[in-house]
Amino acid sequence: MTNHWIDIKNSDCILIMGSNAAENHPISFKYVTAAQADGATLISVDPRFTRTSSKADVYAPIRSGTDIAFLGGMIKYIIDKKLYHQEYVTNYTNAAFIVGKKFSFKDGLFSGYSAKNRKYDKSTWAFDMDKNGVPKMDRSLKNSRSVFQLLKKHYSRYNTKLVSEITGTPEKDLENIYKIYAETGKVGKAGTIMYAMGWTQHTVGTQNIRTMAMIQLLLGNMGVAGGGVNALRGESNVQGSTDHCLLWHIWPGYLRTPRSADSSLAVYNKNYTPVSKDPLSANWWQNYPKYSVSMLKSFFGERADSSNDFGYSWLPKVDDGKAYSWLDLFDAMYNGEIKGFFAWGQNPACSGANANKNRQGMANLDWMVNTNIFENETGSFWKGPGMDPTKIKTEVFFLPACVSVEKDGSITNSGRWMQWRYQGPKPLGNSLPDGQIIMDLGNKIKELYTKQPGAFKEPIANLKWDYLADGAYDPHLVAKEINGYFLRDVTVRGTDFKAGTLVPSFAFLQADGSTSSGNWLYCNSYTEKGNMAARRGQKDAPNDIGLYPEFSWCWPVNRRIIYNRASVDPKGQPWDKANWVIRWTGSKWEGDVPDGGWPPLLSADGKPDPKSKHAFIMRKHGHAQIFGPGLNDGPFPEHYEPLECPVEKNFMNAQRMNPTAPVYGGKADEWATCDPRYPYVATTYRVVEHWQTGVMTRYQPYLLEMQPQMFVEMSKELAELRGIKNGERVMVSSLRGKVEATAIVTARFKPFPVGGGTVHQVGLPWHFGWIKPENGREDSANLLTPNTGDANTRIPETKAFMVNVTKV
Amino acid sequence: MDVTRRHFIQISGATAAGLAVSGLGFDLRPVKAHAQMLKTKYAKETISICPYCAVGCGVIVHTSKKGDGRVINIEGDPDHVINRGSLCSKGASLAQLTENDQRVTQPMYRAPYAKEWKKVSWDWALTEIAKRVKDTRDSSFTFKNAKGQVVNHTTAIASVGSAAMDNEECWIYQALMRALGLVYIEHQARI
Repeated sequence: MTNHWIDIKNSDCILIMGSNAAENHPISFKYVTAAQADGATLISVDPRFTRTSSKADVYAPIRSGTDIAFLGGMIKYIIDKKLYHQEYVTNYTNAAFIVGKKFSFKDGLFSGYSAKNRKYDKSTWAFDMDKNGVPKMDRSLKNSRSVFQLLKKHYSRYNTKLVSEITGTPEKDLENIYKIYAETGKVGKAGTIMYAMGWTQHTVGTQNIRTMAMIQLLLGNMGVAGGGVNALRGESNVQGSTDHCLLWHIWPGYLRTPRSADSSLAVYNKNYTPVSKDPLSANWWQNYPKYSVSMLKSFFGERADSSNDFGYSWLPKVDDGKAYSWLDLFDAMYNGEIKGFFAWGQNPACSGANANKNRQGMANLDWMVNTNIFENETGSFWKGPGMDPTKIKTEVFFLPACVSVEKDGSITNSGRWMQWRYQGPKPLGNSLPDGQIIMDLGNKIKELYTKQPGAFKEPIANLKWDYLADGAYDPHLVAKEINGYFLRDVTVRGTDFKAGTLVPSFAFLQADGSTSSGNWLYCNSYTEKGNMAARRGQKDAPNDIGLYPEFSWCWPVNRRIIYNRASVDPKGQPWDKANWVIRWTGSKWEGDVPDGGWPPLLSADGKPDPKSKHAFIMRKHGHAQIFGPGLNDGPFPEHYEPLECPVEKNFMNAQRMNPTAPVYGGKADEWATCDPRYPYVATTYRVVEHWQTGVMTRYQPYLLEMQPQMFVEMSKELAELRGIKNGERVMVSSLRGKVEATAIVTARFKPFPVGGGTVHQVGLPWHFGWIKPENGREDSANLLTPNTGDANTRIPETKAFMVNVTKV
Repeated sequence: MDVTRRHFIQISGATAAGLAVSGLGFDLRPVKAHAQMLKTKYAKETISICPYCAVGCGVIVHTSKKGDGRVINIEGDPDHVINRGSLCSKGASLAQLTENDQRVTQPMYRAPYAKEWKKVSWDWALTEIAKRVKDTRDSSFTFKNAKGQVVNHTTAIASVGSAAMDNEECWIYQALMRALGLVYIEHQARI
């Protein structure tokens, strides 16, 4: 979230789309309903009339996988009716930038496309630069090659008639929602978006979110209270685990995993440190080398120094152009290329798309380590449905982890708040905190490499691994390492710091090895003032908008609303005088921690202040990107159909599906579109009583009693068509698998009128698995889902696919 | 009368709050008073954050200071500025997650072609895993790729997980995996 949970109460209009927050983030509704009580409008757009919809002022249905069409129509509406926030768009976004002549868009393809590689040459999307190397701009937005004019042209095709034909949303609902939401473009009004996996799990997932981000920029809703782009993250620490980058492509703090071409630390730093020639651009990522070197110092301590590139070569590099993403990982496992596997606190036998492929892949392993609280479908895959244990060689080690209330440590919520937890009871039986298991395993491996010869010992021998106190894992030691230390007596920015003291914030990190920081984003979280995450101060900030700056800690540097330099006009005065975030007093900022301390763009007399910086400090050119030349599938979002869809052609353009989405071609990767055997659109979702694959909740009697079995929800019309009665057991099947489910026939799904025909959609929860409950008839909805993914993130497309439903 | 929990909810939900004698036909007041006493008098009070979704609701954990030292009760923390004491049905059931006799409390091992798990010690399990890691890593380690570029990685070991771990655990976990040379490192955030 760019903002945070409590801030939702400050909104004038809340759009919930791609999420069912009332069901899956129930406490968020404390603030949604508070906003409504204060006059805000709640809009729910969802294929199904959900618990969120039942609380909404306005509801509209949408066929799964057509969100860009829906939102593209809103962009057209905002531009046609001139409802955008002109001053904001002109000054803070790249709407005024001039795009180079090589850029074009035709028949659903942007310039630079190679059909053979399913890839774009993005150099054709570059901006025109002036002689100083700064993008050429036309702040009047009239230049035909300006981003604004190209945007207008691009979405001119997204008229409500066509959008309705694609989405199945009635035209009057489209117009009503566009009108209500666009009201937030007025100066001082704020609209927010709450989205979740309903937007991400698509071949166009990244662009779904980008389309909304563009709307938020057009309406001046970024950086303000009650605004922002807010991802409702689904796991208690998925924000923190992402920040620390348990992901193939990034290092802690969103640094890049080095590619094979990054042959030295110098080359690596040069390749990923952006350079701006604009003196008004803060270009914050120019500090990249300070963060990468400090991180290496945390990895390798004293063993890392300038003579050995701070241990840069000890860490693995990925091959250029190759992806090692979730889908690729399981593809490699299925093909027998992976021999050892850690499934640590995760249940991919149920959570991964095309779960049958994952389960079969596990049978190809030599060994698996499964760390969890309960027995689950991954660790016990060898005795699952269709498996013959006597033919499966995979060794499995199950390591019992304790539960969260049995240990100390911190987690980071969706609003980026890092919160400390304390141990209540000791771990049950011989279960252990994950941290203890990781430390002990690390020591065993280190010991083995000390005693025996082995391949490339350096990173293992040199890994700093001193986070035990009297043999017990000590999370405080790690939390301090993540924050970082001064390693020598140094003077930074006029202040003297002693070796061994904690770094007060990332502004003090250095690229010369004199500081460490396991993750620069968390530098400021555990300082000489103490453990910031453990704070419990109840006092609000002077602006009284629910920031609670002394309660816990949030990244970056306790800034509760990011991009907040855009919440003020160029003179530093808030667009919204009542719910202001920061404001310039004439000599300093007050309110939230500002996005940098530089003065506003204009001084009080209206003259440009050369000491100022543009609003969006993390962007190379200091402007938010309405035109985004960095994504794999185009600088403007475009509607494409899902891999599996119910229409033979895309009504918007000549490309049926995202031309850059990864498609796997193996035997286990089959897919079918417009196939009469699988005529119904399906989506997956969750219920409040269960969590993710249900590993933690299916074992709890209360929760299992309330939601005891797998179900498939469908409209009355489809049930009648198929002769299915409410409560009957049915079989749901796709080309990849089948799962038995109880039919729930409701008025919450309605058939969609699409392209002159009727499209039916069904929905299934993905909480179940064959281990629990023990009747052996409940299993995961992911047996059905396809393993294609988003063109940028490769998140699997589990929110829109095709199935059949038959009586058992 | 055989009172199931669901009956109990139906009956107690149907009667007005504050009645001395509920529809169950017996007086609940002493029971409630005893429950309150148990929660506070013999308990250590700690705070935690709910382990499910990422709203980050605060909870109060009451752990018995006597006997088995286990959890007596877990409830919403009224001083937490986000949830102000509220919890959803999952959060409200947290005590059942903790005090659950189906939790695995001993390491287990499944041998090749075996039909059952067997219990093992931590030391044995971690020693054996370390050997497997070393064998697989050493036999698959790639110093240079086909183009001759230094990569120093192994693609024969993969890891998924975990957004369920604490920040500090995530950090040491990724450090260990990267030091081993893994590039297949993924978790819940990808899916």
